[in-house]
Amino acid sequence: MKALVAVKRVVDPYVKIHLKPDGSAVDLNSLKMVMNPFDEIALEEALRLREQGKIQEVIAVSLGSVASQETLRHALALGADSAILIQTDAWLYPLITAKLLAALAGQLSPQLIMLGKQAIDSDNNQVGQMLAGLLNWPQGTFVSRVTMEADRLVVKREIDTGLETLSLQLPAVLTSDLRLNTPRYATLPNIVKAKQKPLSVMTPEQLQVVMEAPHYEVIKVEMPRARKSGVKLNSVAELIEKLKTEAKVL
Amino acid sequence: MKTLLIVEHNNESLNASTFSMLSAAMLLPSIITVLIAGSQCEPLTAFFKKNEKIEKVILLDSPDYQTPLAEDLAALIVKLAPEYDYVLAPASTFGKNILPRAAAILGLSMLSDVLHIHEADLFTRPIYAGNVLETVRLKEKIKFLTLRPSSFSPMSMQGEAVPVEKIADPIVHERRAQFIDHELTVYSRPELQSARTIIAGGRGLQNKENFKLIEQLADKLGAAVGASRAAVDAGFISNDFQIGQTGKVVAPDLYIAVGISGAIQHLAGMKNSKVVVAINKDPDAPIFQGADYGLVGDLFEIVPQLIAELDKD
Ligand SMILES: Cc1cc2nc3c(=O)[nH]c(=O)nc-3n(C[C@H](O)[C@H](O)[C@H](O)COP(=O)(O)OP(=O)(O)OC[C@H]3O[C@@H](n4cnc5c(N)ncnc54)[C@H](O)[C@@H]3O)c2cc1C
Ligand SMILES: Nc1ncnc2c1ncn2[C@@H]1O[C@H](COP(=O)(O)O)[C@@H](O)[C@H]1O
Repeated sequence: MKALVAVKRVVDPYVKIHLKPDGSAVDLNSLKMVMNPFDEIALEEALRLREQGKIQEVIAVSLGSVASQETLRHALALGADSAILIQTDAWLYPLITAKLLAALAGQLSPQLIMLGKQAIDSDNNQVGQMLAGLLNWPQGTFVSRVTMEADRLVVKREIDTGLETLSLQLPAVLTSDLRLNTPRYATLPNIVKAKQKPLSVMTPEQLQVVMEAPHYEVIKVEMPRARKSGVKLNSVAELIEKLKTEAKVL
Repeated sequence: MKTLLIVEHNNESLNASTFSMLSAAMLLPSIITVLIAGSQCEPLTAFFKKNEKIEKVILLDSPDYQTPLAEDLAALIVKLAPEYDYVLAPASTFGKNILPRAAAILGLSMLSDVLHIHEADLFTRPIYAGNVLETVRLKEKIKFLTLRPSSFSPMSMQGEAVPVEKIADPIVHERRAQFIDHELTVYSRPELQSARTIIAGGRGLQNKENFKLIEQLADKLGAAVGASRAAVDAGFISNDFQIGQTGKVVAPDLYIAVGISGAIQHLAGMKNSKVVVAINKDPDAPIFQGADYGLVGDLFEIVPQLIAELDKD
């Protein structure tokens, strides 16, 4: 049984973002790039399922420019068996990403596709659900526990009111939440070994996906107004006084 | 034009987001149909009152929708959507689970987490944990949007109830997905998303036992309790209390952050609060940068003092 894991190259979540001087877009030049943290968690879960003998092969896939090879090498160093780059410089909006992944799934026939619940750059939280819809597979989103039983998955999902448990028939799509697991680190020997593992490149044409422009247009990007810094107070009494008379929230 | 507004509820009561969603929908140049899909939830239809824009409620009342699955709800939406120009749902785990699935089946792009509606097709949403705002023109024929309830003030409704149109379950259930059970938090305090005051605790609380301090302070103020990711990861409190980029987004009148450093992912969930108070022993903690009032010191001294002072009132 094969699992496909979608890993996106994104800006490091802990670096500060700026706009280009002309304000037209976010300036990612020379910023540290990493694997989307949710995708690292998704990959870790697939690796654990392989270690438990539930699945046999973990294939990492990334979509984007040639730079995403770096993210795939990282996935291989973490333990993925092979990697595929769907290489394109076109704008990868969620629907086209989902279409490309669906086409790849059509060729590879994985039983499980794991994604992150959201990419921390565009914060869409869409691709997994879209992919499941396009494939007409059951979906388990925002999962914090996964158990595999024969041809089914039992998943716990983090929902706004607590937790929900679903049973999904394979093949299925899962998206990971933060508490699913704590990803391992790539060790030096594994980083070296990763260089020998297969990383193939495919094009949207090979997948027979027409790279239509999105039916939306970004008109502008801007930084939100920063909250102004307030004052540091000296005592609890002073705080209560301020909250009552100045802020009028008590 | 016509809007289909998908309502979140638990069959017994409407989610507080519903009335914010209605006021957002009122900003669009279209007539609103409310969709309530659930089981034995008919009394909920009575909350929707006639006004110049709210036309009707569609009710799907079926045991299969007791705890609806994304697969079924998306199929229902796919069936209804072609008659509409907009399909709206709250940007909650409920709305985010179903809308992208339905949109993709219809071959449509959609927008998540809409904060502002400028024009019929022009919307602003946050990216990069809210560090950047993106204004987007959505050109799809049917515009699927999830909206942030905290960005729209709730609408109050009075008057005569709107007509209800019942539909029989139109969906063939394939049952490849099954609901097993849920562990729902029993909330004894105000809901995070509609609370006027929130007391949030972080890793600085050290353990679950100490986290009770946050609850005590919240109870003094009739406030909701929230938490940072670190506090949830460490098991001080359950996941549904997490505030931030990947948790809940809140905008209360008063937000008191206790033992929280103020990582950008946390700020993403609370920086639209009206007044922010930070209590932290590290004077350089980033949380102080956006806080209206800061107290530098040990929370284990400050919070009990605060509770004692409030007791005097
Ligand atoms: C992909 C991703 C998504 C994330 N999503 C979220 C999210 O949705 N929400 C979220 O909150 N985080 C999120 N995070 C995590 C975030 O980056 C921070 O790690 C987290 O917010 C830190 O929590 P904290 O402030 O409680 O802990 P810390 O950063 O450890 O801060 C603890 C603070 O407590 C103070 N303190 C300690 N002891 C005391 C004392 N006795 N008295 C007073 N002060 C004390 C310390 O000075 C410190 O500032 C995410 C991270 C990633 C990578
Ligand atoms: N360009 C990409 N390459 C690989 N995976 C992606 C890409 N974009 C999105 N994904 C996957 O889809 C998930 C959700 O992304 P999004 O819907 O954009 O927030 C991510 O966590 C990834 O697993």
